[in-house]
Amino acid sequence: MSPRRTSAGGRIDRTRSIRFTFDGVSYSGHAGDTLASALLANGVSLFGRSFKYHRPRGVLAAGIDEPNALVTIVKGEEREPNIPATMLEIYDGLATVSQNRFPSLAFDVGAINALGGRALAAGFYYKTFMGPVIGPLKGTRFWMFCEHFIRRAAGLGRAGTAFDTSRYERMNAFCDVLVVGAGPAGLSAAKAAAQTGARVMLADLDAVMGGSANWSSETIDGTPAASWAAETVASLAACDNVRLLPRTTVWGYYDDNTLGALERVTDHKAAIRKGEPRHRHWAIRAGKVILATGAFERPLVFPDNDRPGVLLASAAQRYVNEFGVLPGEKIAVFTNCDSAYGAAEALHAAGARIMAIVDVRTSASEDARRIAASVGGEHLLGHAVVETEGGKTVTGIKVQPFDPVAKRLSGHARHLDADCLIVSGGWSPVVHLASQAGAIPKWDETLQAFLPAEPSQPWVGAGAFNGHYDTATAIAEGAAAGGATTDEDSLPAIGNAAPASPPAAVFEIRASGKSFVDYQHDVTAEDVRLAHREGFISVEHLKRYTTLGMATDQGKTSNVPGLAIMADATGRTIPETGTTRFRPPFTPVSIGSLAAERFGEIRPERLTPMHDWHVAQGATMFAAGLWYRPQIYGKPGENIEQAYVREARATRTDAGIVDVSTLGKIAVQGPDAAELLDRVYTNLFSTLPVNKARYGLMLREEGIAFDDGTTWRLGENDFLMTTTTANAGKVMQHLEYYLDVVWPELKVQVTSVSDQWAGAAIGGPKARQILAACVTGTAVDDDALPFMGIVHGEIAGAPVMICRLSFSGEMAFEVYCGAGHGLHVWEALIEAGKPFGLVPYGLEALGTLRIEKGHVTGAEIDGRTTARDLHLSWMLSKKKPYIGSQMIEREGLVSPNRIQLVGVVSLDNRPLNGGSHIVERLDVQNPHDSIGHVSSVCYAPALGKYIGLALVKGGKARHGTRAFVSDPLRNRFGPIEIVSHHFFDPEGKRMHG
Amino acid sequence: MLITCPYCGPRDVSEYSYQGDANRRRPDPASTDQAAWNAYVYDRVNTAGDHKEYWQHSAGCRVHLAVTRNTLTHKISSVAIARDVVVAERKEAAQ
Repeated sequence: MSPRRTSAGGRIDRTRSIRFTFDGVSYSGHAGDTLASALLANGVSLFGRSFKYHRPRGVLAAGIDEPNALVTIVKGEEREPNIPATMLEIYDGLATVSQNRFPSLAFDVGAINALGGRALAAGFYYKTFMGPVIGPLKGTRFWMFCEHFIRRAAGLGRAGTAFDTSRYERMNAFCDVLVVGAGPAGLSAAKAAAQTGARVMLADLDAVMGGSANWSSETIDGTPAASWAAETVASLAACDNVRLLPRTTVWGYYDDNTLGALERVTDHKAAIRKGEPRHRHWAIRAGKVILATGAFERPLVFPDNDRPGVLLASAAQRYVNEFGVLPGEKIAVFTNCDSAYGAAEALHAAGARIMAIVDVRTSASEDARRIAASVGGEHLLGHAVVETEGGKTVTGIKVQPFDPVAKRLSGHARHLDADCLIVSGGWSPVVHLASQAGAIPKWDETLQAFLPAEPSQPWVGAGAFNGHYDTATAIAEGAAAGGATTDEDSLPAIGNAAPASPPAAVFEIRASGKSFVDYQHDVTAEDVRLAHREGFISVEHLKRYTTLGMATDQGKTSNVPGLAIMADATGRTIPETGTTRFRPPFTPVSIGSLAAERFGEIRPERLTPMHDWHVAQGATMFAAGLWYRPQIYGKPGENIEQAYVREARATRTDAGIVDVSTLGKIAVQGPDAAELLDRVYTNLFSTLPVNKARYGLMLREEGIAFDDGTTWRLGENDFLMTTTTANAGKVMQHLEYYLDVVWPELKVQVTSVSDQWAGAAIGGPKARQILAACVTGTAVDDDALPFMGIVHGEIAGAPVMICRLSFSGEMAFEVYCGAGHGLHVWEALIEAGKPFGLVPYGLEALGTLRIEKGHVTGAEIDGRTTARDLHLSWMLSKKKPYIGSQMIEREGLVSPNRIQLVGVVSLDNRPLNGGSHIVERLDVQNPHDSIGHVSSVCYAPALGKYIGLALVKGGKARHGTRAFVSDPLRNRFGPIEIVSHHFFDPEGKRMHG
Repeated sequence: MLITCPYCGPRDVSEYSYQGDANRRRPDPASTDQAAWNAYVYDRVNTAGDHKEYWQHSAGCRVHLAVTRNTLTHKISSVAIARDVVVAERKEAAQ
């Protein structure tokens, strides 16, 4: 048994030993220990090095508020950094290492930073590493260059790079009452709520529910408080309507009583049972939330208050009562309130010597005086600790008379022996979740603490959360919050009640030396004052400049002291200085738990009815949004370019077929269908005869081109609109919006039918012959099926609808059939095409054919271009208004200097790149003065050249001139000629036949 | 945030698409008042408080809803079918 371990008491099981390692050294602890309690029991006081100054640090707290004792868990190749040792339950085989030290924790070369003193004050890095005004490392570039090295020297733990092999889960839960915190208030609330028959969830971040009952020295109804808690938990566990969630941190409070919680299911286990996740993320929707989140004790700010061996009074009491560990043998107490006296009493009872109780107040309560007398040691009222002595652990303290009102020291400092100093600076209710929910905390002058404001969502608070620190009130408030009818007699009696009093308004003892406010980010009281001197008066600016409260602990121990010091510096009160709003998460959340099972390739796949055929024919499939489309049907030995050139060439000489099932298709039906189309398209559709199709262009309200496609009039009141593949959803929403909120008077129904129709586009000089060979029930000659005409017939027994329209520039037809017949019709077309040399072609050839024709797609209708820019002004009807019509004449949209669609031809016979800039004068070293960019590129077999479409300033005026592509990213520079975008068959003779 | 769709009941905000400010009124389509069009397309009030806006139940019944939401608290004080609201407003304006 270690000398620091008490012989009895606490939640640990002294009959079970557990082996673990810290920095490679093997230690033994007991079941129920945290890493912090087990190491303290082994006499370890040095846990890590500080963030900036590399100062030795021990453990300050006993729970989630711990700022110092962060460790990295090592499991094979996996590393998990920044875990508070106070929250880490030990298990056999646990391997941990300390952080931010080199080469070892005891001997750390970075500790030289501590000698630098003021040099590393707030803003040091930003000021020092700001570069020169000119040169390659000017301004912030120098900072970015240095940052890499600085980050290695200053920082927290290092994350691993190994793949996280753990499994995570996500749960959605609903309850009538969610109780957050299972201390006396929370347990009482859950019990009362359970008795009303409500569905109750009770979550607590600790492994053992009970909160302060687990470490107070009180009795409840005559039994030790911890036993009362255990019995209450057992009775709740027996209720069918209660779900208990230990090791579960409620970390986020969102709108409509939606809360996020993280359950650490197996982090404390040496062996994980099959199916158990590491963490489980809970999304909880609660009818009512009871916040029984308790309070955090605050440290006092004084020189060398960060030396290992200095810890919070409540933490010391927790270690001795809950874990059976004495944090020291000769203990000094430094406080501004009564609660630390209770801690002293508990430590004394467990065998520690109390060397002195140093109280900043000039008088103490009767309780305090009684305890001071009983524990022995000096009782120094009106005194303060002005220094801690020792190296890597406390060996003594210096005390000096102190006036708590003037906040001034007097007289001389003198030495006191101690190997441990426990500190209390008062309490701060854990108002984080209430603040997240929208209630701005209010400062209470008496309690010297921020209390929760009026609830802005359905929650009620209970106990220390409300600033009511005594157990009797906590239990009563919990019962009331849980819905119990008030009955004083049924509430349990508290024995040996802990002393509680409001603290003195003292946060800092100003004396020479480093006095830490934020331990985790190494922010001192002097840094806060420096920030003020440099003009950072707003608390939000203070936070960002000093990084106070911005570490992984989010300032749980430092926010209020930091604010108090800022208030003092500015001569304002604390409420005038304000507080920052807490944001989720309350504690760090594993990314894995948020993703849960949703990782890797999780997008749904949209496949056309002909998908399997494409794959069987050796097509390379290409993701287009959620769709998969053939890119090429490569033959053995072909590269991409050879494949698409073969496909495009075959289409121009014989015939090609392409799957166009992915196009967006919207049925627009009703007596006002034509009217709607007239309003959303720039051109007229009401004049379109039945069984004819028309190419249409849509604009957005501000006059920018939005989408294009053909719309087919199938009947007087029945249209089939097609959209580009990418915009199918957007166009649908666009139509729905206008029908719902702008033109509710129109009698039109729009229905997405993209998945109901399969489509194949067949084009080329022999396309008509192929159709004639397989279509029955209709003629397909020029009379029956003129350009943009529609006929209905059958292919291989399946009903089809055929429209003669062309994207490739060839004599071409789009054949639509029900999706269920898609493959059948496709195969029939392929079969019919065999004697005519029909080839299937993919997206690359599709692109090539349309670029040769100068047709635009999403690369040109890119959300910045107008109809004029794309030479589509012929489509802008003057006979009617349409969406965007009143905005297209604006100065900026008709400027001759706008980018305009042109064609470009590579003059060095090398491929062009989409996205390349176009410049008038080539300057490889210092590219500048772009006049536009290349939007689409291909090798054009019809021309035997590498060509592209481009958007160039004053485009048309540049036809016939030379320019250059400038693409420094891909190191592609070269001469081009700017030409008309109509590269091939500009008169359209081929498609008209 | 929950929005209670009149057809589908209370649903999570992730099922909805924000469809913009519901205070703006589209000028008469034939209007050539450029200032009115500019105001319609670009001007927004950016209210701190109750704000009327459209939400489409895009992962549900696809109806557009006229929602009054407090931009400071996300409290939703009214939800109605947008089409009904627009028709009623026009009727009122015509009288």
